[in-house]
Amino acid sequence: MQHFAPPTPAALEIHGLVKRFDRPAVDGLALTARAGEFYALVGPNGAGKTTTLRMVAGLLRPDAGTIRISGIDALADPVAAKQIVAWVSDEPMIYDKLTPREYLEFVAGLWCVEPALATSRTETLLDWLDLAPHADERCESFSKGMRQKVALAGALVHEPRVIILDEPLTGLDAGSARQVKKVLRERTQAGGTIVMTTHILEVAERMADRIGIIAHGKLIAEGTLEELRHRAGTHMQADARDGGSLEETFLALVAEPAEAV
Amino acid sequence: MSAAAGTTVWFAQHESRLVWRDWLSVITAGRRDRLRVVTIGIIAFVVFMHFVAYWVVGPYAGAAIDKQTLLTITTSALLSWMLMISQAMESITRAFYARSDLDLILASPVDSNKLFGVRIATIALGTTLMALPLAAPFIDVLIARGGWRWLGAYGLIVGMGVAATALAVGLTVALFRVLGARRTRFVAQVVAAIIGAAFVIGLQVVAILSYGTISRTALLQSKTLLALAPGLDNALWWPARAALGEILPLGAVLAASFALLAAAVAFVAPRFDTYAITAAGVGNASVVRSRRNAFRERLSPRGALRRKEWILLRRDPWLMSQTLMQMLYLVPPALMLWRGFGEGGSALQLVVPVLVMAAGQLAGGLAWLAISGEDAPDLVATAPVPPRFILRAKIEAVLSAVAIVFAPLVAAIAITSPWHALVAVAGIGVAAAASTAVQFWFRSQAKRSQFRRRQVSSRLATFAEAFSSIGWAATAAVASASLWLAIAPAVLALLVLGGTYSLSPRANNVW
Repeated sequence: MQHFAPPTPAALEIHGLVKRFDRPAVDGLALTARAGEFYALVGPNGAGKTTTLRMVAGLLRPDAGTIRISGIDALADPVAAKQIVAWVSDEPMIYDKLTPREYLEFVAGLWCVEPALATSRTETLLDWLDLAPHADERCESFSKGMRQKVALAGALVHEPRVIILDEPLTGLDAGSARQVKKVLRERTQAGGTIVMTTHILEVAERMADRIGIIAHGKLIAEGTLEELRHRAGTHMQADARDGGSLEETFLALVAEPAEAV
Repeated sequence: MSAAAGTTVWFAQHESRLVWRDWLSVITAGRRDRLRVVTIGIIAFVVFMHFVAYWVVGPYAGAAIDKQTLLTITTSALLSWMLMISQAMESITRAFYARSDLDLILASPVDSNKLFGVRIATIALGTTLMALPLAAPFIDVLIARGGWRWLGAYGLIVGMGVAATALAVGLTVALFRVLGARRTRFVAQVVAAIIGAAFVIGLQVVAILSYGTISRTALLQSKTLLALAPGLDNALWWPARAALGEILPLGAVLAASFALLAAAVAFVAPRFDTYAITAAGVGNASVVRSRRNAFRERLSPRGALRRKEWILLRRDPWLMSQTLMQMLYLVPPALMLWRGFGEGGSALQLVVPVLVMAAGQLAGGLAWLAISGEDAPDLVATAPVPPRFILRAKIEAVLSAVAIVFAPLVAAIAITSPWHALVAVAGIGVAAAASTAVQFWFRSQAKRSQFRRRQVSSRLATFAEAFSSIGWAATAAVASASLWLAIAPAVLALLVLGGTYSLSPRANNVW
């Protein structure tokens, strides 16, 4: 008798996602991120990137559509979905009056991580992100970069399967940005999934396994950089088509009329 | 017509525009479409206040110029002046520490002394304008019933606003020099709050200790105090005489006030940039180390949230001082309680509702901090905990903090009268729960540092919280004497809450 391995569910599956404010912000969006994948979501300002990710993180209720995280219906069972997801926004929201160590152990408490395990992970993350010398200082005196690193450490302390990041590199200096990128790369190598929005196309180009381009609330293109170049080929100069940057590809694709992939 | 750029008049136009827009934003809670409703509300309030003023000061409009009248006016003016100084000190501290446009001004080639002079003058104007609408109904009634001489009271208000600002500038700068920039921000705000509360509380304390009543009138009308008061021609009475329309005292009060302000502007404006730069140099906070780890033991998510709320409150002395400042008003009833031992229940009937009222107000402040003032809302919302658990943990944190504050007072009441203690416990619990519910219905995401502005974010919530606390205090007062009669005020309080709930925004997008 032949045995088949059960199909592994995608880390994140979105179908027909809709969110309207005064106008449609997300309009029937569909995308899939696989386990262990670094997925970058890029698009012009107001394209619906942040709204999409806020719905995935459970911060906004969609008007229509489905969101499945590692096979869990996030709309039907949000608590189970949140257990395996972490969210980091561009504006690090941490408590000024807590120290990084206290913040990480507070987050671990929210995610019901065993105290001993939380302590050891906290120490590892503090070292990993060069926060150890400031571990017992209150966050109120920290720079934007340090606050962002504390927020990122908070996202990692409960070892989520899916990490959702909204412009995590905004305002970081080169050294901090490099550290954050290294940590994220290691997470995907360990099997975690990263879904990240960014305006820095060079970051998406270098780090992402696949890139989704969103415009007018719809996914207009998705794939590896090569696939996107191919997709944009008809709109690009020959030299750009053969090894052109993501910036050129992106500009060519967003110039197309909006249509779902 | 616009004045030439960089001149004092040009700066004055700029400041007036900012003040006007800020005031408009505060009064309409940032929604211009509410302006009409707010205007109608203000007019209705002013009309209502005229009726209140007619009842309160109407009988005194024809008062003769004697020691009793001068003492009453002087004390009332002093009370208002303390509040004005408090208000002006807060404004001055904000002007030193708020970075809003200081970087732009200090980096520009214009003479910033002019702007800082204008800014201090604007604070004087703002302080006066805040007091005028509150005083106007009383002064209008006095004019209507006592004649034009009472117009002088308007002049006195202007003089008081100007002098209060000058004094507040002096006090803040003195703190700046003595304590340094880092400590002044916190200390000045606490001093401002204490000045605002101290005088009224002080009067009540003296009245309780001397006459066994919480009423200030008993003290002001006492023969002992009148005998101690100076003669009618003493300069101490000039502000009161100014209010009564005597030209010479009015001129002297106004001249002295403006001279004080001019001196403050001349002294501080050239140094304002130094103070502002020093204040900016301390940043938002110094490095504070906390070695003790409060989260290391095993905690449930609810336990972690409760612990977090308590730690944040404990570590923010300004926030705690703002919240606990309401407790200052508990000093007089506590004193009454102390005197009331052995005198039976009459004093307790006064104390219990005061405690209930204070509990409602304290719970309202704490509930705002816990429910709306969340600095990491995304973190809490993305935690794998049902929203009702998060809410329950925050409410538990609030109610337990209220319980800790009031437990000793209730225990003291229980020694004298178990029945009054029971009423107090029930009243404190219900008032605290009601205020927490109001804050929950009107929750809107904000930083904890915006605590000061919580009352302008929803006027309805602020009034509902106050009226609910008053309602439950009245219920407790009546229940102390007769349980059945207390049903009427309790029903009124419930109606307030019901009406508030029906008007509250209940849309909640987080799942």
